[in-house]
Amino acid sequence: MNGSAETYALSPHSSIARHSGWSLSAGLVLLIFSMVVAVSLGTVSLPFETTGRLLIKGVLQLPVEGTERAQATIIYLIRFPRVLAAVLVGALLALSGVVMQGLFRNPMADAGIIGVSSGGAVGGILAISMGLAASSSLALPCATFAGALLTAFAIYFFTMRGGRTPLTTLLLVGIAFNAMLASLISLILSLAQDYELSQQMFFWLMGGLDGRGWTHVQMVFPFALGGFLLILLLSRDLNVLLLGEETATSLGLNVEVVKRLLLVLSALMAGAAVAVSGIVGFVGLVVPHIVRLIVGPDHRLLLPAAALGGAIFLVWCDLLARTLIPLEEVGLGVVTAFVGGPFFLHLLLREEKRQRGEL
Amino acid sequence: MIQAPGLSLDGIEYAPNHKRILQSVSFDVWPGQCVGILGPNGTGKSTLLRIIAGVLQPSGGTVWLNGRNLQQWSVRERAQQLAFVPQHTNLTFPFRAREVVLMGRTPFLQRWQKERPEDWRIVDEAMTLTDTTHLAERDATTLSGGEMQRVALARALAQQPSFLLLDEPTTNLDLRHQVEILDVITRLARTGVTILAAFHDLNLAATYCSTMILLKNGEVYASGPPLTVLTPQTLGTVFSVEVFLGTNPATGAPYVIPLSTKK
Repeated sequence: MNGSAETYALSPHSSIARHSGWSLSAGLVLLIFSMVVAVSLGTVSLPFETTGRLLIKGVLQLPVEGTERAQATIIYLIRFPRVLAAVLVGALLALSGVVMQGLFRNPMADAGIIGVSSGGAVGGILAISMGLAASSSLALPCATFAGALLTAFAIYFFTMRGGRTPLTTLLLVGIAFNAMLASLISLILSLAQDYELSQQMFFWLMGGLDGRGWTHVQMVFPFALGGFLLILLLSRDLNVLLLGEETATSLGLNVEVVKRLLLVLSALMAGAAVAVSGIVGFVGLVVPHIVRLIVGPDHRLLLPAAALGGAIFLVWCDLLARTLIPLEEVGLGVVTAFVGGPFFLHLLLREEKRQRGEL
Repeated sequence: MIQAPGLSLDGIEYAPNHKRILQSVSFDVWPGQCVGILGPNGTGKSTLLRIIAGVLQPSGGTVWLNGRNLQQWSVRERAQQLAFVPQHTNLTFPFRAREVVLMGRTPFLQRWQKERPEDWRIVDEAMTLTDTTHLAERDATTLSGGEMQRVALARALAQQPSFLLLDEPTTNLDLRHQVEILDVITRLARTGVTILAAFHDLNLAATYCSTMILLKNGEVYASGPPLTVLTPQTLGTVFSVEVFLGTNPATGAPYVIPLSTKK
């Protein structure tokens, strides 16, 4: 009896046991490498070793000698916080994508596509236009979260049919919500009296990480960490939910409670990302699918891996956005859309084939 | 010692939006019994199973599980005793078949707890019983209907339930797997597991179930051993067909051959 139990403990039954250790470590190494590259490259490029040395000194709070002061300033005040913002936004968007795809049981679910990001943007520009964002650093993320949450609940009640959302219903409702919210944004912009505020709104709405710094990182970090930890707590529930609500209930899951928690968490994370970067599309669609191909669908591994994957993806996209054309900034949303758009079409065709039974 | 019924339904009603689906359904099921729920399409078989599984809330009446009102069980406690296999299980993402079966251990694991060796052992046993071991590493989204049905049953068996609810467990299965699955079910019943299954095939049900409950328009029309439930008169009334009733030469159970539709 004991002998057989030991055999089972050793046998590589679970994909978790097989992959979790090395894939997360590899992801972490790749993330650190990507961050060092992204911090080094730019209008003024620095050697990787200098970047590495200065970053380590920065983390350890060691003094920097005179010759490296200028480089240190670029790294500490401009590039590093921007790269950190990319890490956080990428992780948040990917996590909210994973959660929404599991919750809606629909591979096309993503905050940008179904309109949750637009809802967050409406909340955000309301906060800016009313001058709230200037008075408190919490106002903007809270407003984007509220907007994202309201939209998420509305979409949820419009699309859920017997525990899942038909593919086309979700996409069509997303189109409707995105269009309505976009016109709402136009309305708010056209009503704005204050020139400075409307400039601020335009800049934020463009979507991207240009000019994002430590204040943004500090603003969003608690949301990112809290959301990530809470969602990890629910990872097994997400797995079971994928078997269908009836089976999930019979496996001891409090389905209604879990679904609402997941909806709030996915909106929280999407809203927090929007607060920093405005709307950056497709990250929540592309990253979960690619990471799922590598580590499998088990959320206990998929969630941390997707957070890493989203961070890596957005660090590189942002690096492209600011280095592709010298001295010019290509919108981050432009880069992610160039990657994500074709991917979206590929997924759509694959799902159509699957539904016709050709796959 | 006098045994109590493990499962007892007392005047179950289900009428969402004033549409009557189930009406005063009452019966007792004893430990180790294999009960077949029969009746025409849309007569409330699946609804009844969903109510007992706790997936649907009845509009009236009480389900008693081990002498305790089902409403008073926590979802987790209930999942440790009662397993339910719905008619269809659809997966959206490519879990392997073994991972699906492993989810049957969920009610016995804490939130952060990793599966223990005994969980893997139980999963392997469940997969052997349902002849799904060779599918273990397959992407469960690519399985055929019958394969998925057996994987779903293995998932339920991995819960090691005292009560097993099955919604048309043999519909998608080929002949060999129908027989195998029903053999597994009867063997489980002999070990004391209470089984309640909705069936379409009257003859399969007659062979494997000790008791039958025949539903008509959401009410129990007849119940008891197959011999008393399957009569030309009851079948004529409930299914609106004339039948010839013979005897299964192999088992001695009644054997139904439909003749023609009544005008």
